[in-house]
Amino acid sequence: MMGWSDHLLIAPIILPLVTGALLLLLDERRHALKALINVASTLLLAAIAIRLLTMAGETGVAASRVYLLGNWPAPFGIVLVLDRLSALMLVLTSMLALAALVFSLARWHRSGPHFHTLFQLLLMGLNGAFLTGDLFNLFVFFEVLLAASYGLILHSSGPFRVRAGMHYIAVNLAGAALFLVGVSLVYGASGTLNMADLAARIPELGATDRTLLEGGAAILGVAFLIKAGMWPLGLWLPNAYTAAAAPVAAIFAILSKVGIYVILRLSIVLFGADAGASASFGSSWLLAGGLATIAFGAIGVLASQAMGRLAGFYVLVSSGTLLTAIGMENAGVTAGALYYMVSSTLAISAFFLLIELVERAQDPAANVLAVTMEAYGDDLDEEEQEEEVGVAVPATLAVLGVCFASCAILLAGMPPLSGFIGKFALLAAAIQPADASPAMRVATWTFFSLVIFSGLSAMLAMMRAGIRTFWAPVEGVVPRVLVMEIAPVAFLLLLCLALTVQAGAAMRYMEATALSLHQPSAYLHDVLSAAPVPGVKAGGH
Amino acid sequence: MELVLALAIGGLVGSGVWLLLRPRTYQLVIGLSLISYGVNLFIFSMGRLRTGSPPLLGSDKVAEAAAFADPIPQALVLTAIVIGFATTALFLVVLLAARGLTGSDHVDGREPR
Repeated sequence: MMGWSDHLLIAPIILPLVTGALLLLLDERRHALKALINVASTLLLAAIAIRLLTMAGETGVAASRVYLLGNWPAPFGIVLVLDRLSALMLVLTSMLALAALVFSLARWHRSGPHFHTLFQLLLMGLNGAFLTGDLFNLFVFFEVLLAASYGLILHSSGPFRVRAGMHYIAVNLAGAALFLVGVSLVYGASGTLNMADLAARIPELGATDRTLLEGGAAILGVAFLIKAGMWPLGLWLPNAYTAAAAPVAAIFAILSKVGIYVILRLSIVLFGADAGASASFGSSWLLAGGLATIAFGAIGVLASQAMGRLAGFYVLVSSGTLLTAIGMENAGVTAGALYYMVSSTLAISAFFLLIELVERAQDPAANVLAVTMEAYGDDLDEEEQEEEVGVAVPATLAVLGVCFASCAILLAGMPPLSGFIGKFALLAAAIQPADASPAMRVATWTFFSLVIFSGLSAMLAMMRAGIRTFWAPVEGVVPRVLVMEIAPVAFLLLLCLALTVQAGAAMRYMEATALSLHQPSAYLHDVLSAAPVPGVKAGGH
Repeated sequence: MELVLALAIGGLVGSGVWLLLRPRTYQLVIGLSLISYGVNLFIFSMGRLRTGSPPLLGSDKVAEAAAFADPIPQALVLTAIVIGFATTALFLVVLLAARGLTGSDHVDGREPR
């Protein structure tokens, strides 16, 4: 029989679903109760995610836990798979969710209907996408998280948000169509949707089926790259992230990483070294596209006047760095990339929250002049200032300034914080292989210089924004910031600090994760040999 | 039959993409609907085209699997139809909100000068 700890694997999907459904039943005016339930559920989710992380860390380097939905064995039923990578993503998601949720409780959660329900459903879609081992099930969870994100991006409304939200929805609906075409091509060519079964079948495919499958995988890849924001598929991203309300943008920082996660998982499991004639399919595209994305993002960071757009473009830089690292197909680079991903996601999320606090002090009219009209429009009177209850932060500007400086150091990848360690691990592993081909060496050095350039551009842009915000105003208006609002920012930055102090332990975990990822045979074996629970009839009827 | 289906899918997706690139929100939503129809037909055709073969195995005829249609693409297309329908409805609401807030049905919220 299965113990409780085996069923823990499905809890990150069930818990947000039940909470979201429950919150739907409560009247919209009972903010306090809704907030309480949401916080309790998110806290529990974080505890479960951390427990799953330790569970995944306990097992040997290349082992994964498998949960058979409906008790059908692997290729026939849908499976959930927990390994180190998915556990890491679950923890990252729940940390961002905690910070964004607490931040929203100060006032944002009241500025539109069903914030808490959509928030929980977004978490459900994210967790499901990280746990599932089936391609079509992945599509379903993608749609769940996208549908929730459509609602959240429109949260608290206004012409600018609705316009940006409309572009966001149109792009993602087109992406969903591509996803379906890709999935069905893969199924038509191979006859399976289970990732592990698919990986086992790819080396044995005939020439015609292989062409079809690679075509399908390429179309599927485009759908994920739209999500991840690879140039030129990511032009929608900065506008959408700038438009979203601050806590929504903070949780959206993980949305682009879902695309990265799927690409990392599929490119290694399906087209790793064991894939026969299809080995390393698409990796050169990832490499080139990633480099272009870093360049585009870095120029965008330099060019953006408003801090929101700066953060949006930095998401692109982060995506590009990770895509290039995936394209290099090297376990050491992957380990560095995972560390970099955690650090940069936390930092971007903290920065999105901080922007709203810092910009509260600025005169909206001056903002409109500084920013291109295209970006801000004419809708800055979004919320009337109501009398806020709560404890305000003393020495507001000093606290905000310290947080801002930490964000700048993290985003630019300067020592001593974790942004530097991530980039260092990434670059040190990238220049290691001495037997690289000339083309690969050119790519490596381009990557090297682009990463340094993107760090420099982030530093310059952050410095300019910081000077304009903290030093330039002659008659400075000190924003009223609640402890409840600065605490999530501090929490995320402290996580980055912990990642810096415990860099050895964190790097060891990432290295074990990368090693197990690059040995997909163990993943295949675990998934395909998972036995149904005896004594329970499959299908449960 | 293959040719007719291929032409139909191509026609639907082609017109859908053309409409998707038009500037009016109404054209956008019709374009996305046409694309999703084309994609649904495409998923269906990935189970191979057969006439008159049931997707369910009877208990007596398990031996000849070739006589049956593949049920999985049919299940997939059902899911895709439901999800596509829901997202189209949601998109229509956003479209109406954008029309109300900006006073224009241009996708950028204002008429080109």
